[in-house]
Amino acid sequence: MLHIVACIKQVPDTKIIKMNPKTNTMDRASAPAILNPYDAHAVEEAVRIKKKYGGIVSVLTMGPPPAVKAIKKCIEIGADEGYMISDRRFAGADTLATSYALTKALDKIQKIRPVDLILCGKMTIDGDTGQVGPGIARRLDIPPLTSVKKVEAVHQEEGHIIVHRKIEDGHEVIQSTLPCLLSVEKEINEVPYSSFPNMIKAARYDPVIWSVDDLEDVDIKQLGLKGSPTIVAKVWAPPKPEGGKMLEGSPDDQVDQILSVILEKKELFQAKGGS
Amino acid sequence: MNLDEYHGVWVFIEEQESTIAPVSVELLGAGRQLADKRGVELAGVIIGSQVTTLASTVFEYGADVVYVYDQSIFKDYRTESYMKALLHCCETYKPEIILFGATSTGKDLASAVATDLPTGLTADTTELDVEEDTGLLLASRPAFGGNIMATILCKKYRPQMATVRPKVMKALEKEPGRTGKLIEEQIDIKEDDIRTKVLEIVQATTKKVRIDEADIIVAGGKGLGSAEGFQLIHRLAETLGGAVGASRDVVEAGWIEHHHQVGQTGVTVTPKIYFAIGISGAIQHLVGMKNSTMIIAINKDPDAPIFEACHYGIVGDAFEIIPLLVEQFSRAIAKEEVNHVGEV
Repeated sequence: MLHIVACIKQVPDTKIIKMNPKTNTMDRASAPAILNPYDAHAVEEAVRIKKKYGGIVSVLTMGPPPAVKAIKKCIEIGADEGYMISDRRFAGADTLATSYALTKALDKIQKIRPVDLILCGKMTIDGDTGQVGPGIARRLDIPPLTSVKKVEAVHQEEGHIIVHRKIEDGHEVIQSTLPCLLSVEKEINEVPYSSFPNMIKAARYDPVIWSVDDLEDVDIKQLGLKGSPTIVAKVWAPPKPEGGKMLEGSPDDQVDQILSVILEKKELFQAKGGS
Repeated sequence: MNLDEYHGVWVFIEEQESTIAPVSVELLGAGRQLADKRGVELAGVIIGSQVTTLASTVFEYGADVVYVYDQSIFKDYRTESYMKALLHCCETYKPEIILFGATSTGKDLASAVATDLPTGLTADTTELDVEEDTGLLLASRPAFGGNIMATILCKKYRPQMATVRPKVMKALEKEPGRTGKLIEEQIDIKEDDIRTKVLEIVQATTKKVRIDEADIIVAGGKGLGSAEGFQLIHRLAETLGGAVGASRDVVEAGWIEHHHQVGQTGVTVTPKIYFAIGISGAIQHLVGMKNSTMIIAINKDPDAPIFEACHYGIVGDAFEIIPLLVEQFSRAIAKEEVNHVGEV
C-alpha cells in the first residue's frame, strides 16, 4: 500500500492583498488565508493515485495555528491524515530553512508509516519560488522531479514511477526510483468540488500538531530566521512609470487614433507566414 | 565559512541540442557587468555531452573562463547528474556568485545545488547589482504576488545564487574571435548512480505561436468578464495576426491555458505592439511586458495602474472598442492592401 505525503501551505490570497504604502508591508488582514492553489493540485493528484493503486494520503504543513484550516481543506479534497508543525522557532524561514523543518517532520512521519511518494505544488503564490520541494528531496536524498504534468504509472513492487515532465515545446517521459518527490504543474488535474461526506469529515478533523520539541535530531540553528541564508534587505514600491497618452473622444475617434498608431508599423502586418 | 575564498561570477550555460539558451546569453551580459564592477572574472559553466565546442560562443558573449563537463552521461538533463558536476565545480573553484536562467532546468538545478551546498538562492530575479567592495549580490524581484519589489541578500554564505527571469537582462553584442581560458573537468559518475532515466522526449505536435516570440500580442484580463467575453481577445489577435496573452487571474479562472500567461509567474514578452485589454496592471503582470515597444491599454477603470505603464490608453468598454477595432482594421488593411495573412 502506497503512502503518499503532500506538502502544502496556507497562504494569503496575494491577488487581493493590500499593501501598506507607508511601510511597504502586506496588510495580512486584508486578504483571506487560503490553501495555496498549486498545492490543491498536489493533494488531488495524491488522492487520484491512491484511488488507482490503493494507499494512504497524508498532508504536511508548517505554519501558525490557523493553518489547520488549510489541512481541513485537504481532507475535503480526500486526504486521510494531516500533520502540522507549528512553533515560533520555525518563523521567518526562507526556502532552505523551510525544507529543513519539513524534512524533520517527514522523518517523524516515516517512523509512523514509511513514505513512498511526496508531492508538492509547483510553488506557493506568496513565495513564488518553487524551491522548497527540490530542497526536501535533496535533504531526504530522493530524486526530485519538477514540472510534472502527468503521473503515468506507479509500480510500487518494481519500485519505480513514470511521469511526464514539462519542458520547452513538449514533455519528457521520466522513470524514477521510489521513493521520490514530484512538484506538480497546475495542468496535472482539475480539483473537483468536495464531496459532502469529505466536508463533514474535514469539519470534524483535528490534525496532529508537533512543535520543535516533538521532532528528533533538530539543529535549532538551522530553523527559522536563524537558519535562513537569505534575508529581505528592503522592500520598495517600484517607480511608477510615467504613463502614456490618453486617447480622447468617442469610441470611434479612439479606435481611429489607435489604428493610425499601429498602422505606422506597417511591416508587422505584411508577409506574415501562415496564420 | 571564509567568504574571502570565493571569487568570480559564474553563469550556468543552459544548452539544448548544441544550442545555447537565449537566457544564458542574457545572463553573460548581466554577469559581465557584475564581474567588471567587482573586478573579477566572468565564467560560464557548461555541462552536457559533446558540448565543448560551445565554449567559443560563451567567450564571444563575454566570459573570461569556461568550465566544461563534457561526458556522455550528461546527454539528457537530469537533476542528480548535473547537480554532481556543478557541486564539484563549486567545491573546486569556489565562485562568489552563480546565476541561472529561471527556466524549468535552471530552477530545478539551482534548487538542488543550493540545498546541498548549502547556500541562499533567490528565485525569479529581475534586477541584479553587486556591492563593489563586499561582493554582496543585490538580487531584486517582485514579491508577494507582485505587489512590491524586494531586494534579497545572502550575507554569510557563498556562493550567492539567483535564478533570473528570461528576457529581462541584456545580452552583449557577440564579439567574434574573443576568447578565454577553457578548463575541462570530469567527474567520476556511473549510470547506476543516477536514479532517474529519460525514457522519451516528446515534442509538442502542434507548434503553437510562442508568445515570447510574437511581434504583436493581444492580452486580456478579468475585465473581459467571462470565458465567452475573452473570445474577443482571440478575435482581435487573429485579425492583427498576433498571439494571445493573458493575465494571471484569467489563467487561474481557466479561461485559457497557462502558456499564454504573461508576467512574473508566466512568460516575459517584448513584442513590438502589446495590447492590454481589461488588465488592471498589477506589478506581477507589468514585469512580464513592460519592455514591449508599444503598449496600448484599454480599460473601463480610469484609475487602473495599467494606464501608467502604457504608451496609449483608452478608457472605455472593451466590448465596444474591440469590435470597432476589428472592423476598422480589416477595412484599413483592405484599403491599403496590407496583406497581413500573406502567403505561406
